[in-house]
Parts: sequence; structure tokens; C-alpha cells
Amino acid sequence: MKLLLKNIQIVNPAQSLNQRKDILISNGTIAEIGQIDEKGCDQVIEGNSLICAPGLFDMHVHLREPGREDEETVQTGCNSAAAGGFTGVACMPNTSPAIDNAEVVSSILEKAKNHLVEVIPIGAVSVGREGESLAPIAELYTAGARAFSDDGVAVKSASLLRNALEYLQMYNAPVIEHCEDESLADGAMNESEVSTLLGLPSVPSVAEDLIVMRDILMAEYTGGKVHIAHISSKRAVEIVREAKAKGINVTAEVTPHHFTLTDDSLKSYDTNFKMNPPLRKAADVEAIIEGLIDGTIDCIASDHAPHSIEEKEMEFIYAPNGILGLETELGLALSELVHKNRLTIEQLIEKLAINPRKILNIPVPKIEKGVEANLSIFDPDLVWTVEVSKFKSKSRNSPFNNRLLTGKSVAVINKGKLYYQNQYHSL
Amino acid sequence: MPLSNRHLLGLYGIPREDIQLILDTSSTFREVLERPIKKVPTLTGKTIVNLFFENSTRTRISFELAQKRLSADTVNFSTSMSSTKKGETFKDTVKNIEAMKIDMIVVRHQSAGVPHFLTKISNANIINAGDGRHEHPTQALLDMYSIREKFKSFEGLRLCIVGDIAHSRVALSNIHGLITMGAKVSVCGPPTMIPRGIESLGVKVLHSIDKAIQENDVLNVLRIQLERKAGTNIPSVREYHNYFGITAERIEKNNPNIVILHPGPINRGVELSSEVADGPYQIILNQVTNGVAVRMAVLYLLGTL
Repeated sequence: MKLLLKNIQIVNPAQSLNQRKDILISNGTIAEIGQIDEKGCDQVIEGNSLICAPGLFDMHVHLREPGREDEETVQTGCNSAAAGGFTGVACMPNTSPAIDNAEVVSSILEKAKNHLVEVIPIGAVSVGREGESLAPIAELYTAGARAFSDDGVAVKSASLLRNALEYLQMYNAPVIEHCEDESLADGAMNESEVSTLLGLPSVPSVAEDLIVMRDILMAEYTGGKVHIAHISSKRAVEIVREAKAKGINVTAEVTPHHFTLTDDSLKSYDTNFKMNPPLRKAADVEAIIEGLIDGTIDCIASDHAPHSIEEKEMEFIYAPNGILGLETELGLALSELVHKNRLTIEQLIEKLAINPRKILNIPVPKIEKGVEANLSIFDPDLVWTVEVSKFKSKSRNSPFNNRLLTGKSVAVINKGKLYYQNQYHSL
Repeated sequence: MPLSNRHLLGLYGIPREDIQLILDTSSTFREVLERPIKKVPTLTGKTIVNLFFENSTRTRISFELAQKRLSADTVNFSTSMSSTKKGETFKDTVKNIEAMKIDMIVVRHQSAGVPHFLTKISNANIINAGDGRHEHPTQALLDMYSIREKFKSFEGLRLCIVGDIAHSRVALSNIHGLITMGAKVSVCGPPTMIPRGIESLGVKVLHSIDKAIQENDVLNVLRIQLERKAGTNIPSVREYHNYFGITAERIEKNNPNIVILHPGPINRGVELSSEVADGPYQIILNQVTNGVAVRMAVLYLLGTL
């Protein structure tokens, strides 16, 4: 089948591409880029206001399979990713059982095999994510894991982290860290005058900063690769910035909610604003955006965390942390960063498509003749209202329901498949 | 003028007129409590559920008496277990109770925000009887009523809340209510008991009990929760008493005119010496009596909106 992307703005900073052309995709492969006649094409997508970028990649999602298939499965998570404009995701190992053995990696890869969206499993650092002994990292890597994390918590001890960082140098794979000091972590929101006003138990931002600092020192000492997940505090951004200036091997990601919302949102006691790390202050949001601008923060990742309605509709202190992210991520990034003139569209594509793959040390798709098409097509100016009832995810826990966003995915193409107008098509 | 809100979730943001109305109405009911027959037919036919997810004797009894004296029908639902541990969600528990056709819910819960959550899943009037470390508005109202009996006006009155402010719902409700009414409020305790950003609520922070006694007209002394693990926010109960406990000696030395409130139950020999707890400075049992009148006022005002 021949698909023509007509008169579309092709943007890929990795190839210094930013030009308006036609792209012909034949049987899933980019057959030609240039001025192409519509004749003989089976399907035409009119470019006009659309941007064509390398397929977006979210390196931090929770697919909940195995264990909580009532909240999300590999299949529904991939559907959610495709609807959000992503052609690839990396899934966290806090499943049940954890991704701490090769069989779980293989079973996830098997389930994702025929989907348009590529799934890269993240292996656990420790057996059962319990922080005691190293998981079989080489076996996990061989089975397909490309990064390692005990996400949900930080790697429990500096000695275990040291071993993981050293061992992983065989593969040039990162340890992805959920940075939170356990002894300070007993709370339901950020510690500030808002937590005092709301009477909720709170976690200070220094709980994050401490582990960010520990991890950077361990990365420096071992020469290993640390990736800071969902950075949320101003001080943590500063620490990462200083570390990068010193040449330490550290990278960082931020979620859309951490560059969009503050802890003022919790005044409604809506559990859809409960996440970990918690929403912080306006100064943290500003520091994060500055970190995105100057490259301290390498990428945007959603921390897509599906939870059942009955789990979230609960007393605030008992409700679980986390919100959906995949289907609002691109819209929030465009609305909050690009349309507010904080990031250029090229920078945004670096943070959503290129850098996550570089961190995971996996190939970055190119937009050139002869390669398999791995593309995200989006309309940066389309104004739409978030409706959680229309999400492809199995869960509904988003604080952004009814929010007006500017910018939305239109189509994604990968592995010989097209997702367009709510349907999958074979190319 | 009726109240501006059909629930009482806290004193944060409650207008002065509403507080005034509740306190004035409380005076009327306070007189009822002195009559030989302490019952009025005001809420006849209204059904009220006391939904207590946390152990409480005094607050529940006070509410229950207030309800009975207003001739309402009352039911108690008490469990120290979180409903989730029983397998039924909190929402289902509430929906079930509401299906029995009730008009008002008085709720106490370990989690802040539960009364707010209730307003979203129930049509009843919701009264917060204490949510986590957030608010306990009827306690603050009865404290204010008791203060007003003594001082007539809040304008310029200097009041200090002493103790574990960080874990206290009584403190927050007192701060909001008293500031709204024009009082000058401070808090006193070791820094580990003072929560972040409390100054942003308009209160002064003190760490010396002598200074707190000197500088104020009223001390509202909080209970030190002995069940809280010792050695975390204070080294020991003994040390707390030695440095923050209120003794007759301290009062006599610093300000013999001070008025002492305490929400109860008292830990004698910890936050108050027995001499103070039984002495001439305190109005603790007035608070308890007034509590019934204030709760009658709140129930009446919300129940007849």
C-alpha cells in the first residue's frame, strides 16, 4: 500500500531537517521524499498545518501487565500511546511479578510484538525491587531490557546502586532512578504552606534532592550512567545542571504535570492530583522549564500510571499515587512549552523523540528514503478539550479532564502500520 | 441571615458574619441547657448519622447530645478500621448509609479532605468533626464561644496555641476562626512541632513558653499525643513538660491573668500540671458544656437552611 503525506512540514533536528515536502510511504518504508504526484497512491494525508517528526518515544510508562490487567494491559497501554502520538514506550518494572526475570521481559515483548507501538521493558535493579540483591541484569538485558530501575522507590542502598552502575557498564545502559529518600517520604503531597493549610502529611522536596545528589556522586565515582526520572524540584534541577557541567554521566526527564501544575491544585482534595513526586511550587515549575530550555533536562516522559476508579475515589491519604499521561503529554508540551514560547518545536522533538532513545541507547528513527517509516504526525495548533471518557487507556485517572489544549496527534506510523482517525491500518 | 454554606467543612474562608451567627445562636442554646428540660423540637424528623472512622468519645458524645436535644433522630456508625480494610470502599459505605434517607452527616476521619469528598458523593449536609490534621471546626467554635464568654470581643485579643501544631486539626481551625474575628494569634512549641509556612496564615511563631504566657491573654493548650512515637519530634515527654509544660509557677511568674483552654483529654503532668488543670486559670469544663450548645447551633443552622 502506498501512503502519501502531502505537503507536510518535516522536522527532525537529529538530521537538521525542517522543510515542507511530500513523503511517500510504500509498504511501511519511506520510498521517496520530495514533490510527489498523488496518482497511484492508496491514501493521502494532507499536510498543510501538520508536522511530521520521528516517532515520539515515552521512556517512562506503567503498563501494569503482568498483575494489574484491570488497570492497563500491554495492548491498551500501547493503544493509549498510539493515540497520544507515540511509536515507542519504555515500561517500568513495578509489575506483579516485577520485571526481574527474563520470562517477564519476553512475555511483555511477545504481547507487544504485533502492535504498532514498540515496547522496551525496563528491568528491575534488584530482585523483586526489594533493594537487597541485584536482579539478573545480564539475562534481562539479553531478553530485551534496555534500562534498569526500582521505580516506585529509589535503589535502596548506595552499595547496591554502585554495583548496578558498575555492572551495567557492560551494556552502556542507564539506571533510572525514582529519587526519594525513604526516611523523609511518608506523605501525600509536597511540603509547603499548602500542605499545612490542607492538613495533609507531606514530603519535603529535599527528599528528592538528597537522592539526586547521592546518585550523581555514585555516577561520578563509578563512571556509570544515571537517569533521573520525573525531576520535580528546583534544587534537583540545579544539582543536575552542576553535574552535567562537570561532565558526569547524568540525564533527566520531567513529566508534563510537573511543568504544568503546582501544589495549589490539591486544594480540591481531588486524588487525581496525587502523584509521586508530588506537585510542587511555581518556582519549581519555572526551574524545570528553564532546565528544559538549557538542556539540563533531556526529555519529557509521562510517568503514565493507570489506576482503577475505585482505587482513586478514595480518602486522600489512602489513594494511590499517579496519573495517566500518554494521551495528554503532547498537547500539554505544545500548550505549555511551545505555544508559550519556551521551547522551539525542534527542541520539543528532541525531548520527545530523540533524547529518550539516546538515553536508552536504542536507534533514533530517521526520516529518509529507504528506511522503515517510524513517524509521528501532529497538528500543533489544533485546539481540543481533553475527555477522559474517550481515552484509549483502560483507566481514567487524569487531572486534565475538560482542559483545553492546543496541539494534538493526528497519526503515527511504525512497523508497517498506520494509526489514523482512531483506526489501525496495514501499510 | 442564614449561613452562607450548607456544609461546615472547616473555618478556612468562613465569613465573619457566619461565625458571629453561630456564636450568637449558641448563646440561645446555652440557655436551653440550663433549663430543667433541655430539649427543643427544632430538628424533629431530621435524621443525622455520626460517621466516625477514628476513635472519639467526647466529640461523638457531644454531637450526639446536641442532636438529641434538638429532637433529631441519630444513628452512630463507628469504626476504627478504614473501610478499605473491610473490602468495602469508603464511597460504598457512604452510599449505603445515604440510601437509608439521611439529612446530615457528622464525620470524623484520619484523612484530611474526607468531608470535602463527602460533599461530592452525598446530598446530605456535611459537618466536619475532625479530618486528619486538617480542621475541627466545631472545636474551634466552642473554644471561641468560651473565650467570648470571658472577653466579650475578639478584636485585639492575643491568643497563643501551644503544642504540636503540625499534627493538630484544632490549631488550624482556631487560627482561621480567630484571625477572621480580629484576634492576634500566635503558636508556640518546639520547631519540630511547627509546620512549614504556618506564618503564611498570619500567625506569629514562638518557641518559649514563658514568652507565650507573658505576651497573651489566652493560651489554647493542645494535647500531646503520647501514642505518637517518642523520640521523633520531641526527645521525650519529660523534656516536653520541662520546657513547654504549663505550671502554676510559670503562670504566676509571667502572667497570672492568663486564661487556659484545652480541648481535652488532658495529659496531666505533660502539657498542663494538675495544679493548672484544676486551677483558677482554666475554663476547660466550660468548654465542654459550651461544646454541646455550639454543636446544637451548627446543627440547627445547617438543618434548617
